[in-house]
Amino acid sequence: MGSLASAGGHVDDLIVTAQQAGPIPLNASFRCAPGELLALVGPSGSGKTTLLRTIAGLYQPQRGQVSCAGATWFLAQGGQRLSLTPQQRQIGMVFQDYALFPHLTALQNVQLAMGHLPRAKRLEQAVQWLTKVRLEGLEARYPSELSGGQRQRVALARALAREPQALLLDEPFSAVDQVTRRRLQRELAMLRQQISIPIILVTHDLEEATALADQICVLHNGVSLQQGTPEALFRQPASPLVARLLDRHNVFSGEVVETDAGRRLQWGEWLLEVSEGIAQCEVGESLAWYLPPSDIVLHRRGRPSQGERENPVAATVSEMVVLGGMTSISLRVSHGDMLRFDIATHAAKRNQLSLGERVHVSLLAEGIHLMPAQRTQTASHNKRNLL
Amino acid sequence: MDWSAFSVSLRLAAFTCLFLLPLGIWWGRVLATAQFRGKGLCEALIALPLVLPPTVLGFYLLQQFGRDAPLGGAWAALTGGGLNFTFSGILLASLIANLPFAIQPIQRAFEHVPANLREAAWCSGLSPWQTLWRIELPLVWPGILSAAALTFAHTLGEFGVILLVGGAIDGETRTLSIAIYDRVQAFDEQGAASMSALLLVISLATLGLVYGLAGKRRWSRG
Repeated sequence: MGSLASAGGHVDDLIVTAQQAGPIPLNASFRCAPGELLALVGPSGSGKTTLLRTIAGLYQPQRGQVSCAGATWFLAQGGQRLSLTPQQRQIGMVFQDYALFPHLTALQNVQLAMGHLPRAKRLEQAVQWLTKVRLEGLEARYPSELSGGQRQRVALARALAREPQALLLDEPFSAVDQVTRRRLQRELAMLRQQISIPIILVTHDLEEATALADQICVLHNGVSLQQGTPEALFRQPASPLVARLLDRHNVFSGEVVETDAGRRLQWGEWLLEVSEGIAQCEVGESLAWYLPPSDIVLHRRGRPSQGERENPVAATVSEMVVLGGMTSISLRVSHGDMLRFDIATHAAKRNQLSLGERVHVSLLAEGIHLMPAQRTQTASHNKRNLL
Repeated sequence: MDWSAFSVSLRLAAFTCLFLLPLGIWWGRVLATAQFRGKGLCEALIALPLVLPPTVLGFYLLQQFGRDAPLGGAWAALTGGGLNFTFSGILLASLIANLPFAIQPIQRAFEHVPANLREAAWCSGLSPWQTLWRIELPLVWPGILSAAALTFAHTLGEFGVILLVGGAIDGETRTLSIAIYDRVQAFDEQGAASMSALLLVISLATLGLVYGLAGKRRWSRG
């Protein structure tokens, strides 16, 4: 565990590692600092919910550790075995379908989670929690008399009423309509400013994760592939798999070559300049690389653009999809790869872009992110060593 | 009207409910929530009295209740008395005959409690006992009530098993339904009619109470 703690974390963090071969394969580790929101993202079956249940004490993997605020909640390593019950762990959990007690009112649902307080204080506190989630006046309603969004708020109030050391949210926005979801997400973001405990959000919605999370951990088949800020993940996915799971396009393969001007990345007929990481690569090495769509600059017709001299590439417009104010453009380069990026629809019109047309773009050297196969393996190898 | 038979019937039904309901809650919950080997066999054995002719069940119990049989012998060693033709005997027979009526409605009710409600209760800090008491029992209450009503009403009407195991000893094993049979045999149609009417009213009232109460919960609407 020492290696994880030394990786820039703090002993107060929620630290989770879980490993097992089956029945649900797991090989995951992540951490979340107090006040931070960590989103666990991945396709269904990637183990997100299982990991959340592991934190809550509702599931026990064969090996692993869960500790929070300096206390060990679960430990199964070597001969050691320790597991606190969900009651002992002091977590607040919001279930996917909220799991409100149908025979209790909103107020009673919240009061029930206040066993740690003297009986006389519970009512007053419960009313306060319901006010905090903007449910004043609805205290006497039963869950069946509340809307989806209101139920979610009761569930959140009940989770927080326990004064938990960690807040666990299992796809809390999936059961409500789009408008309600936006509103609830906003409320969660505001509520966060009042609580300083680790928050784990399980979601398959990347947009939601990007909007709400400080950190994202990408999971696939029970394996945690990468943890980082949304910005870092979207600009520098650790592997082509992470890029694919994050719905990133513009993942290509290239080869490192030595030229008179220095080391370059050969991509089809193009020799691309790369700002970072290429010096560590061996000449002749084949590797995957990725370019964020924001780092593809379309050259204006007849007018020089910023960065025009940087990695200029000629391509043919093969697809244009207008999605409201933005247009998604796909360009085919000579060796068949497709570059995809979005530009404002008015900019596309101004440039008179049309299908089959030849255009020029610059691939900004700073944005090119190399993903050598070897390093990807090393990264996952290191993760194994952490456990 | 045979008031002594009426009293035996009521006592039998009340004791059957009293002993079977805790068992029904326990087994009903286990069968609804746990997975174990032989669960199917277990459920089949519990349901058996539903389809077995009461005389067949009564015959086997009669054999088992004899002092030479293991069960009857053990009972004699324990209490000094016999099981055949005693109130204890018909009570034991009634407990077995009513297993499906006491367990199945409660099992169905527990099956309808979502598993994550239990987990939500644990995550809210409730112990397993508190969870049972404050979350599960209030939710399965209609199932317990209908188990009680079915067991009670079915015991009042039980005939074949009681007759074989208990005979018709006045004040001890002659229940109302056996008394009705005796009156019909004795061509006393008036007596049979009044007792039949009484059983009909009690059964209807019990069931009416249960169904009436089940629809009264505000939270289950909507």
